[in-house]
Amino acid sequence: MTQPLLDVRGIAKFYGARIGCADVSFDLWPGEVMGIVGESGSGKSTLLNCIAGHLEPDAGEVFFDTRVDGMKDTRLMSEPERRMLSRTDWAFVHQHARDGLRMSVSAGGNVGERLMAVGARHYGDIRARAIDWLGRVEISESRIDDRPTAFSGGMQQRLQIARNLVTGPRLVFMDEPTGGLDVSVQARLLDLLRSLVREMGLSAIIVTHDLAVVRLLADRLMVMKDGHVVEAGLTDQVLDDPQHAYTQLLVSSVLQV
Amino acid sequence: MSEYNFAYLDEQTKRMIRRAILKGLAIPGYQVPFASREMPMPYGWGTGGVQVSAATLTPDDTLKVIDQGADDTTNAISIRKFFQKTAGVNVTEKTAEASLIQTRHRIPEVTLREDQILVYQVPIPEPLRFLEPSEVETRKMHALEEYGLMHVKLYEDISKHGAIATSYAYPVRVEGRYVMDPSPIPKFDNPKMKMAAVQLFGAGREQRIYALPPYTEVISLDFEDYPFEASKADHACDLCGAENSYLDEVIINDQGGRIFVCSDTDFCTSRQDQTKEEAA
Repeated sequence: MTQPLLDVRGIAKFYGARIGCADVSFDLWPGEVMGIVGESGSGKSTLLNCIAGHLEPDAGEVFFDTRVDGMKDTRLMSEPERRMLSRTDWAFVHQHARDGLRMSVSAGGNVGERLMAVGARHYGDIRARAIDWLGRVEISESRIDDRPTAFSGGMQQRLQIARNLVTGPRLVFMDEPTGGLDVSVQARLLDLLRSLVREMGLSAIIVTHDLAVVRLLADRLMVMKDGHVVEAGLTDQVLDDPQHAYTQLLVSSVLQV
Repeated sequence: MSEYNFAYLDEQTKRMIRRAILKGLAIPGYQVPFASREMPMPYGWGTGGVQVSAATLTPDDTLKVIDQGADDTTNAISIRKFFQKTAGVNVTEKTAEASLIQTRHRIPEVTLREDQILVYQVPIPEPLRFLEPSEVETRKMHALEEYGLMHVKLYEDISKHGAIATSYAYPVRVEGRYVMDPSPIPKFDNPKMKMAAVQLFGAGREQRIYALPPYTEVISLDFEDYPFEASKADHACDLCGAENSYLDEVIINDQGGRIFVCSDTDFCTSRQDQTKEEAA
């Protein structure tokens, strides 16, 4: 592998005079998981949304290694091209499953939507793949025709993951994927995410404030404060030997049971 | 006739509507916004269709109005009388004699000709409305041809009912481009939409006009393993015996008695008259 999957250069986003995030650059290699941590309001989600194309950054470039044209600045892509990318090679897992699911459509329909969006027109095939994916995220086949409103929070989150991964994306954006779930459900979800990421060789960017999540999932870590990246490096290195004062504070603030 | 301008609307309004119609014909299936006027009837009673008819009518036209295939229902009669009064045009119940037909929920059984115009009353022009509530988003989806969501609706039908249960307002794709709501006609009528007559669709409350030029290709959406089926009640008409027309089920007493009759009243009566003539 000679080039990164994603190359982010000098991303900045301002909300009037206030800084959303500023001067963020990094690259992400195929199969790598990048964690972004920081306290609330540090600009993690702003950064993620800028990279994923949900927000228009004020400066910077986001190069993605597209299947056809190679490295390409996603900000300069036409809208159809970018939307196509975001439902094939990219996936976005929202913190609240309700933002990422169609609550009035059955679980099978939710998983099948991306398949139908890229042209699947055989009901039997779509359903078979939905069943396969529900199985992979540990949702029983018997729940395929139930609506997500009848699911628990953890199940909704797993359904959202299945819905996103069904088209075999290469890059997954996750915004606090374990937020709002209780610890045992969190642990199972993390386990599931880790095995999926390893199995499918996914690259992922995970935004979270939970250091345990990045310890488990991320290869590399960026620590953000007030819109700037204050420290970056290998996850274990950053967490075990924090250099920046804020990272030291963050690591020492974790409650021990 | 001095109380009203011809066909109720003023000439400027009719020009505005005609421009929308021409644009609609130029881009088959595309919903053209237009400045819908208040009409002297409630929304849901065909205000869109009436405006399109008013803009299309000429003094030489012969008008036919049907509601669910019937010429003698409240909606059809009131619209017919409206144009008799405001435009003074000839009216008819015979499909073959009409040059302009305004319809609600049906396409006549008799094949239409090139010199006829069919005007539909449309309640909700946006086929994606109940799947994606944002109009901004649905317009974007039309612009970018993102129609995967339409199949999610059909998928839900099959998973719930074992077959595509949508039986009216069945979504169609026009000339391989726009997905269109054919108005709430039964899906039995969908295959007829590739026809010789011009088809115009007016939605008054939603302020949209769309159109199909003659012989436009109209394909009903489906799955490879669940193909589209133009279904009707499995019965023959109890009045005229027709086996290929769309039927209404009519309850005739409180003992559970019911009959099936053609929903197209003109088609049914002309067949009955023919049989009588042959017998005589």
